[in-house]
Amino acid sequence: MNLDFSDDQKQLQEQVRRFLADRCPPSAVRAILEGPEPFDRALYKGLGDLGVLGAAIPEEYGGVGLSHLELCLVAEELGRALAPVPAASSIYLAAEFLLHAGSNAQKRAWLPRLASGEAVGTFAFVEGAGRMSPDKIHAAVKDSRLSGVKSPVPDGDSADVAIVAARSGGGRGEGAISLFLVDLAGPGVARESLETIDPTRSYAKLTFDAAAAEPLGGEGEGWRIAEMVMDRAAILMAFEQLGGADRALEMARDYALERMAFGRQIGSFQAIKHMLADMYVSATLARSNAYYGAWALATGAAELPIAAATARVSATQAFQHCAKNNIQVHGGMGFTWAFDCHLFYRRSNALALALGSLSTWEDLLIERMRGANAAAA
Amino acid sequence: MNFDDTPEEAAFRAKVRTWIDANAPKHLEPELKRAGFASSGIESEDPLAASKAWQKRKAEAGWACLHWPKEYGGGAATPIERVIWNQEEGVYGALSSAFIIGQGMCGPTVMAWAKEEQKRRLLPPLASGEEIWCQLFSEPAGGSDLAGLRTRAVQANDGSGEWIINGQKIWTSGAQHSDWGLLITRTDPDVPKHKGLTMFFLDMRSPGVEVRPIKQANGQSGFNEVYFTDVRIPDEQRLGAVGQGWEVSLTTLMNERLSIGSGMSTGFPELFQFCMEAEIDGRPAVDDPAVRSRLAQFAVRQSGLKYTGMRAITALSKGQTPGPENSIGKLVAGATMQELAMFALDLQGQAGVIQNADSPMNARFQGMLLRSPATRIEGGSDEILRNIIAERVLGLPGDVRVDKNVAFKDIPTSGRSKA
Repeated sequence: MNLDFSDDQKQLQEQVRRFLADRCPPSAVRAILEGPEPFDRALYKGLGDLGVLGAAIPEEYGGVGLSHLELCLVAEELGRALAPVPAASSIYLAAEFLLHAGSNAQKRAWLPRLASGEAVGTFAFVEGAGRMSPDKIHAAVKDSRLSGVKSPVPDGDSADVAIVAARSGGGRGEGAISLFLVDLAGPGVARESLETIDPTRSYAKLTFDAAAAEPLGGEGEGWRIAEMVMDRAAILMAFEQLGGADRALEMARDYALERMAFGRQIGSFQAIKHMLADMYVSATLARSNAYYGAWALATGAAELPIAAATARVSATQAFQHCAKNNIQVHGGMGFTWAFDCHLFYRRSNALALALGSLSTWEDLLIERMRGANAAAA
Repeated sequence: MNFDDTPEEAAFRAKVRTWIDANAPKHLEPELKRAGFASSGIESEDPLAASKAWQKRKAEAGWACLHWPKEYGGGAATPIERVIWNQEEGVYGALSSAFIIGQGMCGPTVMAWAKEEQKRRLLPPLASGEEIWCQLFSEPAGGSDLAGLRTRAVQANDGSGEWIINGQKIWTSGAQHSDWGLLITRTDPDVPKHKGLTMFFLDMRSPGVEVRPIKQANGQSGFNEVYFTDVRIPDEQRLGAVGQGWEVSLTTLMNERLSIGSGMSTGFPELFQFCMEAEIDGRPAVDDPAVRSRLAQFAVRQSGLKYTGMRAITALSKGQTPGPENSIGKLVAGATMQELAMFALDLQGQAGVIQNADSPMNARFQGMLLRSPATRIEGGSDEILRNIIAERVLGLPGDVRVDKNVAFKDIPTSGRSKA
């Protein structure tokens, strides 16, 4: 039994934490929140140089060739620091799509650049409001040309390459969906930045008008591959959420120790203590569930889809819970622009929707448990 | 990361499995598997006799109280071996419930504080189940505020050195079967409350001890009141110094939270099974989106507890001490069980009110509903557990204690407010 990270992995995590403490203080997050840049380019390049973006990418494709366990811990640190970088889009999604479904040429063309941080990739999937289903996808590819509108696309304003889910061929339902690789620098791509609840991770609307699109994976395989990759990304995202939850809890705890009211530290009042204890409970459940996800990710276990949904639901709850109560513990000061509480509140609610909403993942979890139960019977 | 045994663990597991397979009371297995909530389910014979027989058999083969030293009736096993034993014992573990308080809480306290010859006398029969112990701590005036207890111990002035006990304990599990009790008393009311306490162990058949079962809110009687009228205890049966009782009690309470919090059920697997079978508008309940959302909430708590436990086992397997994350166990399990029971009854519609053999899963959820309020109180209430997490894990200040430096006799109590 070993449901823990190795000492080497924890050392890498510590190294990333120190790097981010130095290069990504709250002021760096605010610079993106308040400024024109979609993400912190110097920070992202630094992460690439450090080798952590390519942690799970094989050396032959320009990565470091470690494992997804290391990437989980990198994600946790990115979440803790609220790093304003496109790692989720570029590494958890685009790189994973390339690794699992890309041709050798596609991998060679893009993975080294994604691993170094020189290029940014993304997954253009969603078309408007509501839970995604194959029927919601109207973007279509005909004669290797993509037309349609994808919105919101994470980091769509800065990405160099997108994996796009679109209709092609004559299949029906899930079988109608295929994946395509689109170089966003080519003609026929228009981008429009979107205002969002968390400007430290940008979104854009991408309009394709006969843009050149090359297939990624087999025709009609798009939905299946996308589900698989989004499960994997959900586990990495759970670690990001976990990092954010832990940091929000620490901020609240520190403030409760420092702030005096009625002649005592507010952390001596049971109303505050119990609120913080409940935040700790959420964060602890989320951590244990995320470790379960990490195990599934690292071993390719058959129960990965269940582990992914479990980790995702638990981490979403924990980050939202800790971020909202962090504001509550801070009282009025927590609602000022100057305090950092809102950065965590924004991020927690944005990440709760990325990759699909909480209710979507709750539904997936029970659907999958039902399937496993039926298979076992 | 893996869920595999090390070669040594696998060898130990194989040995345990072989022995259990050859020795377990297999004729009881169907009853144990059918057991409802909060009972061993044994009806075909005397449940206590069945428990004692299994414990004796384990003790004779060296499997009782695995982690205790051999000279006290244990097996000198490592913590991870104890975990493996519990996993392999499976349904038969329910037969051990009569011994949990004695072996889990009283035993470690005796081991830490009694004289050597007492340990050799008391611990082996406790390990083998031949003698049962109860814990005489809570009182009507001292529950969460345990140090507010009022049972008096006064040393006799007849030269015997004996202590004379008068007072009342409450919520004592298993007192009616117990041979021995671990008793905390007040020996000095003139000093602040934590400083005037003294711990003893006593023969539960001593003259003046009276055990009365409590009829609980759910109709069962798992707990007792214990009354003491001029009960005499030899001074040799004192644990720790006079006035050191609070410190001694912390040994017990630390062990209480460890043993109660580990591996608690939330009832989720049963709820999931029920939602596969129950129907809403002609379709399985599990396909209803609102049901799915609630189920998912319970599922991640169940899973979070399970893998929190595995993180603790990982630490044990590496020879390390588990972290503070285990303190969440009972807090999460208790509240989840109660919410889950209410939800399961809700799915049964108006028929959810019925509690008989025809109710789904043998009325398990109705039983959980009525028992779960106790889970949120016993062994440290939800509020005490939150205080512990806040203070010991997160480092927040302790409560302001207005009674800290006041002589016990001057502390206002219900019905005796300060003039």
